[in-house]
Amino acid sequence: MVKEETQHKGLTEHSGLADIFNRDEQRVNWHDETLWFVRSKRDKAAHSLPEWELLRETASQIKHNVLSDLDTYLQQFEEQALINGVTVHWAADAREHNQIVHSILKKHEINRMVKSKSMLTEECHLNEYLKEHGVEVIDTDLGERIVQLAEEPPSHIVLPCIHKKKEEIGELFHTHLGTAAGESDPQVLTEAARQHLRESFLTRRLALTGVNFAVAETGEFVVCTNEGNADMGSHLADVHIASMGIEKIIPRRKDLGFFLRLLARSATGQPITTYSSHFRKPRAGQEMHIILVDNGRTVQLGREDFRNSLKCIRCGACMNTCPVYRRSGGHSYHNAIAGPIGSILAPNLDMKAYADLPFASTLCGSCSNVCPVKIDIHDQLYKWRQVLVKEGHVSPVKAMGMKAMAFTFAMPRFFAFAGKAGRVVMKYLPFVVSNKLNPWYKEREMPKPPKESFREWYKRERR
Amino acid sequence: MKVGLFVPCYVDQFYPQAGIATLELLEKLGVEVEFPERQTCCGQPMANSGFSHLTGDCDELFTESFAGYDYVVAPSGSCVLHLKEHLHSKKNPSAAEDLRGRIYELVEFLTDILQIKSLKARFPHKVGVHQSCHGLRGLHLSQMSELVAPGFSKPEYLLNFVEGIELISLNRKDECCGFGGTFCVAEEAVSSKMGKDRVSDHVQNGAEYITGADLSCLMHMEGILKRQKSGVKVLHIAEILNAGE
Amino acid sequence: MSSREKILAAVRANKPDLQPLPDVIIPVREEGLIEEYRRVAEGIGAKVYEVGGIAEVKELLAASFEPSQRIVSPLEDFADMAEGIEAGIDPHSFADVELAIVRAEIGVSENSALWVPEGNVSQRVIPFICQHLAILINRERIVPTLQQAYSLIGEINYGYGVFIAGPSKTADIEQSLVLGAHGPRSLRVFIVG
Repeated sequence: MVKEETQHKGLTEHSGLADIFNRDEQRVNWHDETLWFVRSKRDKAAHSLPEWELLRETASQIKHNVLSDLDTYLQQFEEQALINGVTVHWAADAREHNQIVHSILKKHEINRMVKSKSMLTEECHLNEYLKEHGVEVIDTDLGERIVQLAEEPPSHIVLPCIHKKKEEIGELFHTHLGTAAGESDPQVLTEAARQHLRESFLTRRLALTGVNFAVAETGEFVVCTNEGNADMGSHLADVHIASMGIEKIIPRRKDLGFFLRLLARSATGQPITTYSSHFRKPRAGQEMHIILVDNGRTVQLGREDFRNSLKCIRCGACMNTCPVYRRSGGHSYHNAIAGPIGSILAPNLDMKAYADLPFASTLCGSCSNVCPVKIDIHDQLYKWRQVLVKEGHVSPVKAMGMKAMAFTFAMPRFFAFAGKAGRVVMKYLPFVVSNKLNPWYKEREMPKPPKESFREWYKRERR
Repeated sequence: MKVGLFVPCYVDQFYPQAGIATLELLEKLGVEVEFPERQTCCGQPMANSGFSHLTGDCDELFTESFAGYDYVVAPSGSCVLHLKEHLHSKKNPSAAEDLRGRIYELVEFLTDILQIKSLKARFPHKVGVHQSCHGLRGLHLSQMSELVAPGFSKPEYLLNFVEGIELISLNRKDECCGFGGTFCVAEEAVSSKMGKDRVSDHVQNGAEYITGADLSCLMHMEGILKRQKSGVKVLHIAEILNAGE
Repeated sequence: MSSREKILAAVRANKPDLQPLPDVIIPVREEGLIEEYRRVAEGIGAKVYEVGGIAEVKELLAASFEPSQRIVSPLEDFADMAEGIEAGIDPHSFADVELAIVRAEIGVSENSALWVPEGNVSQRVIPFICQHLAILINRERIVPTLQQAYSLIGEINYGYGVFIAGPSKTADIEQSLVLGAHGPRSLRVFIVG
C-alpha cells in the first residue's frame, strides 16, 4: 500500500512519507523505542571509557589529515595492494563500479554470487544492475537478506530491517524459506536463515564485501561484521571483490586502534564487532579485487562547508539518536543512506531530488554529539538549507512568505502597529498562521493572544 | 551595568508575562534594564528556513538597537544562539561582531555574569525542566547526555534556589520537543509526535508545570497539552524564578 | 584520461590544506585486565576458563564434545583429540567441522577481542565455518586496549588476520540477540598460565 501511495505527487518527499509512517502510532512508538534502546546502549558503552571524547577528537583529526592528503594516500594504498597481489580498480561513478563488478563476473563465467553488507553497493544500486544482467546476488547479512526477500531497500545502514516486526519476518521466511506458518521466534528464524545462507556460502564462487577501513601504509582493508558473513563468503569463494568509497582510507595500521574502539560502541554499544577482519593478500589460489569508487566524493571534497561529511565511518549513531529518524523511519529519506548523515550526503549527489532532506530536521544537534568522528552534521544541515534556497530548490510560495516576513521585521513601526493582538506573528510565522487548515492545528492549539503585547505593557508601565 | 532587554517577536506578542518576569527579575537583582523599542526579530525564522540572505535588515536593526548596552539579555535560548552565531552588520561590522560576544540568554546571564548564589522565590509545585536543544547543545546551559563529561545544569542550579519547588526527573532528559521553527508545519506528523512524546514524559513523571529557557518549545508543548485538555501548564523559567509568596 | 587519473586530479584540485596527523597519548589502565577481560567476554556471550595448562583445556573440551564429532586444530598439542588442518586444500572440505581449537596471539581486555592471524589457523575459513570455536590465549598476552594490541602487531606482514570477540551473533530481528548467525554458535576462551 505504501509503495502505491508514494507514487502520488507530493508523497515522494520526506514529510509525506513520514506522514504515512505516522498513521500507525503504536508502530511509531515501537520503532522509536527500539532505536532509543540502541542509543542508550551506545551511551553506556561511551560512558564506560573516560577517554571517549579524546578518541572522538583524535579520530576526527586523523580523518581530516586523510582528506587533506587523500591523493597521496590513495596512491600509497594502491601501490601496497598491488605488491600484496591484489588487483585495484578505479571507478569514477556508480555505473563504472557496477560495470567493473560485472566484468569480473563475466571473466570467471559466474552468474551467482554472495554479498556481505556494503552501503556503497546500495548507493550504486549494484543488485538491480546485476539482476538486469542475469546475475543472482544473495545478500548474506541477515537484515539485508530479510529486506532483499521483502524487495525493499534497507532502512538503516547498520540495522537494515529495523523497521520490520518479527511477525512480518516470520511470514517472509514462511514464504521463501519454508519455516512454519506463524513462526516468529527470532532464534528459530535466525537458525533457518543460517541453514539457507550456509548453502549459499558453500556454493557461490564469488563474494563481494564492503570495506570499513583501508590502510594506506599496508594496502590491507578491514571489514567488520557480527555474523561472520563477510568471512564465510570471502574465504570460501574463488574471487573476492571489495568495494570501497575513496574516503575509507586511513593512514596507518595503528590508526585502526582509534576507529575500531569507536565504531561498534557508537553503532550498537558493543565493545567491538564480533569479527574485525584484516584482508591483506588473497589466500593461495584466490583472486582478490579492490574497487575504489568516487561517485561524487571528490565533488563533496571541494565543498568546504560539507567536506567533513566524508569523515563518516557509517556507524549509524546519528540515526539512532535522531528524534526525527526514529519517528519517520529510514524509508522516508528515500536515499540509500537515511537519517542525518544521509541528509547531508544526498544533496551532493542530486540537489533537486534530495532538496527536502536537510529540512527534515529540527537542528537539535544530537547527531553531531554522538558522531564518533565529530562531523558537524546539524550545522551542515543548516548550511545545505541556505545552498538549496539559493539554487532555487524551494517552493516559490515559501520564498514569498519569507520575503514578506523579512520586510515586516525590518520595519519596527509597522511591526509594532500590526503586532497588536499577535497579528504579525500570526500572519508571518508559518507555525502560527491563523487558519484552521494550518497543520499546526491538527494536534495542537495556539496560544491565546494576550490583551497586550510586551511592548505595549512596557510603554504603559515603564515610559 | 546597563542591559538591553531583547524580547523575541513571538514572546512579545504571545508571552508578554515572560518578558515582564525577565525584566522584573533582572531589576530585583540590581540590574539597570532597558527595552529598545525599535527591536523586532533575531532573523532566525528566515535563516533556519534557508533564507539567511533575507536577514540583513533584521541584523541592522538589532545592531542599531543594542550596540550601546553592556549586555543584551533575552528569555530565549534559540534566538540568542542564532544571534551569537550569525549576527552581522554591513553598516557597522565591528559593532555587530562585538555585540555577538555580549548577548546572553537569561539563565546563563544569571549564572555566568551575575553569578548569583541565591534567589528569593517560592513556587511549591512539581516541575519538569525541558532542555531546549539550542540552549542545551548550542549555549551549553546543561551537560548534553551524549557527551562523556561531568554533568551540570544551569537552569536546575537556579531552580534549586526556589523555595518549595520539586524538580521531577524524566525518562529522556534532553530529547527535542519537535518544534523546530517551520519544521512544525512542514513536517507536521513527526513534529506533533515528538511534541506528544515529550509532553507525556513530563506528565507520566508527575509534572504540574513544564518550564525551560525557550518559549518556542514551551509554546509547542502547551499547544499539545491544551489539545489534550491536560491540566499541566507551561511557564518560562523567568516566571518561576520571579514567583513570590 | 582514465578514471584513476580523473579521480586523483579531482582530489588534488579539491582537497583542503594539509592538516597534520594528531599526536596523542591515550591514558591506559593496567590493573585488573584478566577480570575485565572475563567480564566483557562473558557479557558478549563467550565462556572464559582460566587454566593451568593444555591438559586442563582438553579435559574441559572432552566433557562437551564426542570423539565422533569432527574436531580440528593446527596445534600439535591437540593432535590426540583433533585432526590437523592442511593448508592449501579446498576450504569447503571443513563444512562439517564441529569444533576448531586455535591459538590467539593477543587478547584485549577492553573488548575481549582475540587477535588470530592467518598463520595460527592454516585456513582462513576455520574460525568461521566450525560450529563451535575454542581459542587459547596466554595470560601475559592480554593487553588493555586495541591501541596496545596494534603496537604489538606492529608491522608484521600477515596475509590475513582477525580480531574475534565472542560467538557469531545477530540482533537484526527486532534487536533480539541470537548467537550463531553464520559462524560459531559458541566461543570458549582459555586463558592459559
